[in-house]
Amino acid sequence: MPALLAWFVVAMVVVGLFSTAFKPDIGILEAPQLALCLVLLAILGVRYELGFMRNWIGDLALGVVAALAASLLISAAGRHEGDAALGFWALTAATWAAFWLFVERLAIWKSRSLLTTRIVNLAIPAIFGITLLILWELIVTGAGVPKVLLPAPSEIWLRMTTSVPTLWADFQQTFLKAVLVGFALGCGAGFLIAILVDRVPFLRRGLLPIGNLVSALPIIGVAPIMVMWFGFDWPSKAAVVIIMTFFPMLVNTVSGLAASDAMQRDLMRTYASNYWQTLFKLRLPMAMPFIFNALKINSTLALIGAIVAEFFGTPIVGMGFRISTEVGRMNVDMVWAEIAVAALAGSLFYGLVALLERAVTFWHPSIRG
Amino acid sequence: MLTAAEIEDGLEDAMSSQANRVIDIDNLSLTFETNDGPVHALSDIDLKIEEGDFVSFIGPSGCGKTTLLRVIADLEQPTAGSITVNGVSPEQARINRAYGYVFQAAALYPWRTIAKNVALPLEIMGLSREEQQQRIQKNMELVNLAGFENKYPWQLSGGMQQRASIARALAVEPDLLLMDEPFGALDEIVRDHLNEQLLQLWAKTNKTVVFVTHSIPEAVFLSTKIVVLCPRPGRIYDVIESDLPRDRNLDIRETPEFLKIAHRVREGLKAGHSYED
Ligand SMILES: Nc1ncnc2c1ncn2[C@@H]1O[C@H](COP(=O)(O)OP(=O)(O)O)[C@@H](O)[C@H]1O
Ligand SMILES: [Mg+2]
Repeated sequence: MPALLAWFVVAMVVVGLFSTAFKPDIGILEAPQLALCLVLLAILGVRYELGFMRNWIGDLALGVVAALAASLLISAAGRHEGDAALGFWALTAATWAAFWLFVERLAIWKSRSLLTTRIVNLAIPAIFGITLLILWELIVTGAGVPKVLLPAPSEIWLRMTTSVPTLWADFQQTFLKAVLVGFALGCGAGFLIAILVDRVPFLRRGLLPIGNLVSALPIIGVAPIMVMWFGFDWPSKAAVVIIMTFFPMLVNTVSGLAASDAMQRDLMRTYASNYWQTLFKLRLPMAMPFIFNALKINSTLALIGAIVAEFFGTPIVGMGFRISTEVGRMNVDMVWAEIAVAALAGSLFYGLVALLERAVTFWHPSIRG
Repeated sequence: MLTAAEIEDGLEDAMSSQANRVIDIDNLSLTFETNDGPVHALSDIDLKIEEGDFVSFIGPSGCGKTTLLRVIADLEQPTAGSITVNGVSPEQARINRAYGYVFQAAALYPWRTIAKNVALPLEIMGLSREEQQQRIQKNMELVNLAGFENKYPWQLSGGMQQRASIARALAVEPDLLLMDEPFGALDEIVRDHLNEQLLQLWAKTNKTVVFVTHSIPEAVFLSTKIVVLCPRPGRIYDVIESDLPRDRNLDIRETPEFLKIAHRVREGLKAGHSYED
């Protein structure tokens, strides 16, 4: 596979160098730095096959040159927006293949030592993400895709850096208020009711079906009602989030509390342990993997809920509000900027919960590895 | 509350037998109601266990050994007959924390270190930190696990886990130890070793031990009294008082006295089995 990729890079570079890169008749040789960089890339790509620099310096050089080629290619595309021809696409393919090759080489360095494994494990998804962004940028600018359909990452980034105050205000309104408050209250209530339901069996038969019903309510029906009840500001969004996060927590905690096996409960009985001792020393620790499952599900549900709820009436701030109004004004880059913030915040939130999970349920077979 | 009749009964018992009766079972039966009809797990059990006895329950699987032990531990309720543990009901004995129970599996909590697992019953009993620490150390040493305090259960072998669970039962400092096939899942060599250790422990502390097994050599090697049970319905077929010296080591398994008792147990098991065919 790496050999095939390496020769593919070479072939694409050759095609790119000797055919038209941009319409009407601009060859890549007119940008000498870029041409040089690509030749270097081709050579570094096949060096294993040609038998030199078979070491980590060579691998690293490949990565650096690929990054350099990508940035030069991006700036070239910026100068000839929408004029890309065969040569340009061949070079785009070459860059993409070079990154892939780089990742393949990196993977080999795994398990040399704990540190390199750590670094490689972090680097691979990062490089993957960066490659996707580069391809997105090259294709959108090269083919001249209209901004309304899909802006280039650089445009989104530009919009993000110039609208920091707006984005921050929206983030505060939607994430720091509606999402976090709703998440905390929804998960907290689900947890407490689960303990109650577990303690009082008749509630289980009564409350679980009602909880199920509530969770089945469509958010676009609930959100306007919550706005009527709790007003335009963030409390109504937090209420929507509470409704969305309550049930996953309830159900998961109820099954978690039932997860201890008969022998473990008998053990507590032989110690004449009371209800609360058994709850805190056995049943809650056993329930933790289930509870964290709910927390992870809810961390994404909460964000979706808060953003969508803002479509149904809100003061003039908030991520959902911004998305709905900027779409109407064809300011698609702002929409994408909000999406990027949401994706980043959502991933970080999820990651934080997952990290906490590792710390708390370190003993679980799925984690202790 | 005890009725007058029960008190009288108790007095009579105390006078008619030695004062040191730990377990007294009379005419006890237990029937499980299942979807496939009643299962007669125990029928007409009569058994007296004195202080310092090492009693083994042996029998084929399904004959009610575990159920009988669980009745003693108040984990199962008899449907007929009577039972006292230390002269009181099993429930009261459980609340008094009169016994330590060792299950077939170690049942250690994976989120607690070994020392913390041993501390579990002590925390529930509400002992002071120093007292807990002292008992942890003492009992970890007793089962030869000193130095493994901060390991997690899943970092230890099966034999070590089972020893930790024994240390946990001992930490309660009960006079009565109930053990349900504690070494059943271990290989022969580890099992021999643990048997010897258990015997030493018993000799040192003068505890009463009730021990479930389905291994004849294990039962004969350990016990002062062997109770042979047979299935369907679960009942006592034979009670063998062993005259082997209390102070024994593994070599005793080659002696004629040992083999004689083992033979009698084997015959009992065979007869109990063929009864139904
Ligand atoms: N909770 C229960 N419900 C129904 N039947 C049971 C239950 N526990 C045990 N039994 C039945 O009682 C009989 C005795 O079981 P047990 O005491 O576990 O036997 P042993 O420990 O000697 O193998 C078996 O037939 C078993 O199926
Ligand atoms: Mg059993």
